Amino acid sequence: MVLKNRETHETVEKHSKKILGVNTKDAKLSLAFLTVSFISLLIGGVLGLLQGLERSGLLQLPSWLNYYQVLTAHGILLLIVFTATFSIGYLYAGFSHTLGGLLAKVRKMAWVGFVLMVIGVVLVVTTIVMGDASVMYTFYPPLAAAPMFYIGLVFIVLGIWACCFGVFVNYRHWRKTHRGQVTPLFAFFTMGVFVLWFFGSISVTVEVFMLIAWSLGWIETINVMLSRTLFWSFGHTLVNIWYIVAISAWYVVIPKIIGGRLFSDKLARVVVIALVILNIPGGFHHTIVDPGITQNVKFLHLIMSISIGIPSLMTAFAMFAVFERTGRKLGGKGLFGWIKKLPWKDVRFLAPMIAMISFIPGGAGGIVNTSNQLNQVIHNTMWVVGHFHITVGTSVVLTFFGICYWLIPYLSKREFTPQMNKLGLIQTYIWTIGMILMAGSMHLVGLLGDPRRTSNTTYGDHEVALSWVPYEYVFAIGGTLLMIGVIIQVYAVFHMMFLSPKGYTEFPIAEPEDDALLTPLWTERWGLWIVLLLLVVVMAYAPIMSLIYNAPPGSPPFKTW
Amino acid sequence: MHRAEEIWISIIVGVLILFMVILGYQTFALSMGPPSGMETIDPQKVDQTAPFDKPGIYEIGENEYEVIMTLEVFAFNPSNIEIPVGSEVHFKMTSKDVTHGVQVPGTNINAMVTPGHIQQISHTFTEPGEYLFLCNEYCGVGHQSMYTTIVVK
Repeated sequence: MVLKNRETHETVEKHSKKILGVNTKDAKLSLAFLTVSFISLLIGGVLGLLQGLERSGLLQLPSWLNYYQVLTAHGILLLIVFTATFSIGYLYAGFSHTLGGLLAKVRKMAWVGFVLMVIGVVLVVTTIVMGDASVMYTFYPPLAAAPMFYIGLVFIVLGIWACCFGVFVNYRHWRKTHRGQVTPLFAFFTMGVFVLWFFGSISVTVEVFMLIAWSLGWIETINVMLSRTLFWSFGHTLVNIWYIVAISAWYVVIPKIIGGRLFSDKLARVVVIALVILNIPGGFHHTIVDPGITQNVKFLHLIMSISIGIPSLMTAFAMFAVFERTGRKLGGKGLFGWIKKLPWKDVRFLAPMIAMISFIPGGAGGIVNTSNQLNQVIHNTMWVVGHFHITVGTSVVLTFFGICYWLIPYLSKREFTPQMNKLGLIQTYIWTIGMILMAGSMHLVGLLGDPRRTSNTTYGDHEVALSWVPYEYVFAIGGTLLMIGVIIQVYAVFHMMFLSPKGYTEFPIAEPEDDALLTPLWTERWGLWIVLLLLVVVMAYAPIMSLIYNAPPGSPPFKTW
Repeated sequence: MHRAEEIWISIIVGVLILFMVILGYQTFALSMGPPSGMETIDPQKVDQTAPFDKPGIYEIGENEYEVIMTLEVFAFNPSNIEIPVGSEVHFKMTSKDVTHGVQVPGTNINAMVTPGHIQQISHTFTEPGEYLFLCNEYCGVGHQSMYTTIVVK
């Protein structure tokens, strides 16, 4: 199946002549980001396993390695470092591929970004290891980390901004030299991600600068609720950045891999535009049960959070349309016969397909979290942990893993071998089973009230807390399987970078249907989308100004670990 | 756009709007909105500020109690609350240091208590038992030991 598909793809390419070879300098840049990414995954994964085992009482951490320290490092390494570096490595590769190579100055900007991010990560991780920053990845004040922690975060953000500006510069250049043309869909997704990254991270940067001044003692107190609000206006935007990165592969790459065509170029662009405009206020549902914000404002934000469901459900429609059309073209009969025609034994399809399927419970769980009454049942319980392991840890990460199997051999100018495919399939199954066990039991025990971010305890052998223990064993088992999955994945990435036979692997880009409608040029009006994004932000956050003019006296720093 | 696409978009927008209407009805008509205490307090002067200078359980009506509670690492004051079955309890809480969260598994009591704000949440305990009352927001190295019980007789 795999080989047959590949043959058809190669003939398509010869005719289209659109496919450019990989530029070695651009490939090196992407590989550097991907290397950092998978080192973070390995370390973050080990820390994740330690937590799972500690939480269920199967392992006692030594006194020099506190549960909360491990949890903070796990969160930062996986949620910030792994996802950001993977996204940049992948998007820059695709950007270079579809726009015909990066400009020399853009490549330089991205390298500057890389160096800044590495410096930032080193500062942050060192501070956590030294025990000076057990503040979780949310770093809610008035818990105060050592200043070095926040300074490290600034470096990471500056690194991301350098990469954002690189994309903007290259995009402008392409538009100038290709008047009257729409950018390739992959490049359009890339723009969406980096626009959101830049505007979404302004708020958290403001917060972090205030925290630096406060942790250094330059200002005595901090506004706690304002900090939380600024954090989440970025925090949830980041979630949707991962999500746009993942769906870029669903829309652009998957149809090609299964031997189909792009369903609707315009629909995909409308989805990106909607996600960019609607996103930033979405973070408010993280503070539904907080004081200091009126119920009216919370309800306004509830509407905005749920609106993000619209582009997601449009994506679900588009993807199933692609699958059905392709399956029928390949001879699938009857209502569901087309399902059998899909290349289930090709990891480049299987991994992202499972990612998509897991977005169904993931999205439904997200709507639960957004709804104020239901949120009150699950807020800060293990349910939330289960939810983001099924959305980020499966929908996003499994898509990333699926991408590796063609992206890395493409960049390292090697072949994607049947052995690697087989290893990838095994990895995907282990990951899926591990995640069903772990996220499943986390969801269930969360409904029973088991709190998150809490080290092993039975609350004085209270009967309710004892009833949680069996579920905690199950998620420890799931976590162990996931660790095996991480090791296989990191090995596969290493193998495809350095050991697989030299050769050619294509960057799969789907062609539009023969009868496809032309994409209108208005989709490219980024200036307008940014203005709309800012208007939505102003509408959502103007009522929150009361957090400033009606603020209580601030809080001094506390170190409670 | 395709015809099927338009139909689908109409359906999903309709479903989501219906969902928002239901949530709005619950929030405003049925008063089921989330805890949103708006009163502020100086977090460094909690002990000197009424009513938190005298934390405790106060009977304010027939089968109606007010619990004035302060939270600090890693304790609730008062702890070991006892109330008769069928009581409606209004918790009025604030933090003396970092952000905490209160949660009673098996009930809808779940609220953040951030320093500087006075958070309020009410619940009617209709079943007797010993309810676990715990902190669900990470507050430091002793976070897991921050819990107490509510005994409903």
